[in-house]
Amino acid sequence: MSADVELSDVSVTFGSFYAAKNVNVKVNGGEFFSFLGPSGCGKTTLLRAISGFQEPSEGKVLIDNKDMSGIGPNKRPTALIFQNLALFPLMSVSENIAFSLEVRGVSKEERKKRADELLELIALEGQGDKKVHQLSGGQKQRVAIARALAVEPKVLLLDEPLSALDLKLRQRMRTELREIQKRVNITFIYITHDQGEALTMSDRIAVMNEGELEQIGKCDEVYNNPLTPFVATFVGENNPLYGKVTGIEGDKAKIETADGQYLATMNESKKLNIGDESIAFVRPESLFIPRDGDNFDNKIDVNIESFEFEGNLKNFYASLKSGAKIKFSVPNAIDTSSITSGSSIVLGFESSKSVILPKASLAID
Amino acid sequence: MNNFLFTQPFFKKNGKAVAIYFLVAIIFWFVFLVIIPQFYMLDLSFRTNVPPLARGGPEDYYTFEHYSHFIFGSKTATDAFNFVDLGVFGRTIFVSMLVTIANLLFCYPIAFYIAKIANPSTARLLIVSLIIPFWINELLRSFALRILFANEGVINNFLTGVGILDQGILFITYDIGLYTGLIYAYILLMMFPLYNAIESLDINQIEAAKDLGSSSFRTHWRIVIPHAKPGIVSGCTMVFMLTVGALATPVVLSSPNTLWFPQLIYQWFNMNDNWSRGSAYSIILLIVSVIFVLTMMRIFKVRIGEIIK
Repeated sequence: MSADVELSDVSVTFGSFYAAKNVNVKVNGGEFFSFLGPSGCGKTTLLRAISGFQEPSEGKVLIDNKDMSGIGPNKRPTALIFQNLALFPLMSVSENIAFSLEVRGVSKEERKKRADELLELIALEGQGDKKVHQLSGGQKQRVAIARALAVEPKVLLLDEPLSALDLKLRQRMRTELREIQKRVNITFIYITHDQGEALTMSDRIAVMNEGELEQIGKCDEVYNNPLTPFVATFVGENNPLYGKVTGIEGDKAKIETADGQYLATMNESKKLNIGDESIAFVRPESLFIPRDGDNFDNKIDVNIESFEFEGNLKNFYASLKSGAKIKFSVPNAIDTSSITSGSSIVLGFESSKSVILPKASLAID
Repeated sequence: MNNFLFTQPFFKKNGKAVAIYFLVAIIFWFVFLVIIPQFYMLDLSFRTNVPPLARGGPEDYYTFEHYSHFIFGSKTATDAFNFVDLGVFGRTIFVSMLVTIANLLFCYPIAFYIAKIANPSTARLLIVSLIIPFWINELLRSFALRILFANEGVINNFLTGVGILDQGILFITYDIGLYTGLIYAYILLMMFPLYNAIESLDINQIEAAKDLGSSSFRTHWRIVIPHAKPGIVSGCTMVFMLTVGALATPVVLSSPNTLWFPQLIYQWFNMNDNWSRGSAYSIILLIVSVIFVLTMMRIFKVRIGEIIK
């Protein structure tokens, strides 16, 4: 059983500070939905509003079209997984998992049965009698999930639960979380500042900044067609090229920068006019070193300053004539040994791989 | 010899001066403040009560008479047992237990409120209001309560004055003043261990329990109280021990017809000039209290290490 979650004009204020401002979003039943944003952007506040720990100052939280105002966290069909997991250290693993059943007066045998089922779901069969501190980080993670699932909530809320794990484990848990979500088929609402996490797991993501929603959409949509300069630079990496619009050709706009003219794609909802201050964005992986026969819409002269080896990629840091910096990445499979610090080269990129947006502040400012 | 001592790791780590200071302080405390007085009392409690000049003489010998006096009374008494002293003793233990429980019930909500609900400035204000009355001597605090609870005291005068009662309540006669005084006397020793224990609980634990559907009562029962157990036991132990041994409060607040066991001990020492019997009674109180506390710890499955932590 999954449920829709709808935030309707939700604002949360602390004094005169808006932790969340006029948030409107509808999460569909059975969806894996992520709120992505930097720390302090209000995503945790939204999660607390959904779980019932924080009443919205304005607006409503609806779960299955039912207004949740005045309904406490212990009466909502949601379960929350805390950032630090908040497992009960004095109880065994089974007791932890069955806690929600215990408080509902479920009999001991029934509780044990359910705990064993859930232990199987999280691949920890037979470990129910252990104490929490005897488990590894990843196991604790899974116990927290099982504990939250024990009451069969309609919505599972996750507050950056993977942030304490090391990289490898985090990557494995991403896949595992996704699998568990498919198996239990309930709505997952996930909070994270890690765009990699959000992109790999979610059906849809909402990008937040300073209490407001910047963009809601499918992962590739948000990545490929960011609606604001903030989203363009927060989700993945992007090189900004500042300038003025000098011409419009269909859905493309021409931007005049200090280093030359480029053609970039406009977003349907963010039409530009000639003379508008704007930013064209091009991602490091969309910048290419042209080979014979390549013909790119745009060309940039750059001067290589430094490079770093990342494993699958080699990242180059270069400067333009105006002094603007640019980063581009080349797959390690391509031989780039001839390019070193100080080389002057020409890069190319397609206008379809570059978005142009009205000027606004970036995530990295 | 000296060289051997000074090459010990303890001396190397702390330096000579500090190490010697530590050793002297610890030995002084342990030998002069713990071992000698206790052993002296233990020894005295098994000796006949003789004037100082007769010490070491033929009348000074080891005997169980003081202990048997506590149980069976004087040799000339007609009763089979010393009902008076045993009664005072039993009542002291029993009332101390109730005082400890009352103290716990009273302090728990306050400690929880200060530790987990109040904002920092309110919490500070509350803690200061708890501490300030204790800058006044215990005896004076008891007298203050006496003024409140006396038959013609502040409370009775108020109640009769505004017409709620025709006649004042005999707070002192019924020992209500005494019980209140005893609860109040050592309240901080319950409050602070409890506060410290509850304060160290991660607030997410409480929220997680709530989120999983737990009622407020159950959250306390299953999460907060188990976490605070060492603090509860440590508070209860200290309050019980001090209440059982309280003297100033009972002297000022108990009714003329009741005695608190330490008052009895005091009488043997100071009024009847029988130090041996006073010592025996003290030893009995000490041993019974320790056994009582250890039993309670066994029942509630707490180890001594947890309490000291």
